[in-house]
Amino acid sequence: MTPLLVVLGAAVGAPARYLTDRLVQSRHATGFPWGTFTINVVGSFVLGTVAGAATSPAVTALVGTGFCGALTTYSTFGWETVGLAREGRRLLAVLNAVGSVMAGLGAAGLGLAVGTTL
Amino acid sequence: MHGTPPPDAAARPPVVAPLRGQGRATVAVAVGGALGALARWGVGLGLPTTPGAFPWGTFLINVSGCLAIGVLLVVVTELRTAHPLVRPFLATGVLGGFTTFSTFSVDAQHLLLGGHVGLAVAYLAGTLVAAVAATWLGAAAARRFGR
Repeated sequence: MTPLLVVLGAAVGAPARYLTDRLVQSRHATGFPWGTFTINVVGSFVLGTVAGAATSPAVTALVGTGFCGALTTYSTFGWETVGLAREGRRLLAVLNAVGSVMAGLGAAGLGLAVGTTL
Repeated sequence: MHGTPPPDAAARPPVVAPLRGQGRATVAVAVGGALGALARWGVGLGLPTTPGAFPWGTFLINVSGCLAIGVLLVVVTELRTAHPLVRPFLATGVLGGFTTFSTFSVDAQHLLLGGHVGLAVAYLAGTLVAAVAATWLGAAAARRFGR
């Protein structure tokens, strides 16, 4: 049952990331990967909430491992960071790397706090 | 003022319905993402995250996924002409679904809240450095040896 829930959650989370990224990236021309940044921060908050709320194993598999895990991404984050550095935009690369990690950590902490009160 | 474009209009990309014609790619991302997440779940069974310990499973998932995307995206965008669904399926789907930023953030926060500050910092910085280095290494190796 658990693998099926992971698959179902991911089948929603991954395309949600793809479409959100396309929407966000079509609305600015800064060269900063705001799409992936936003998705990773929001996903960290949602997973924090799920973890804090101590939900059932089924909800953890569906929403946590499946949806949030597939919504967020480290590989695209790495690719975009290296891409910025390769274009010579080293400051943006560092801001993306450190900013994503710090914002994700903060969002996860906020989510855990919110989830605990639920 | 009617009909006058805003001053920063030239700096913006043209918004040409970013979601139009994305049906097939979206399905490819969904199928790939499901497979990647299933693989991540499988790795988690073998290398489960235990409270107060370094999350090796997620670390290895994220670093190996970054190495793979470096190789893959150089091959499909610089070295070969790939089918238009290869990138959505393998990169955005499989590797995007395999790697995870949310588990990384929440596991690090759990380490911090548990008082394992040194371990949390090592995990945060270690994953970031190793993942970015792996992406760069994968891309560089593909450019060097992939022709």
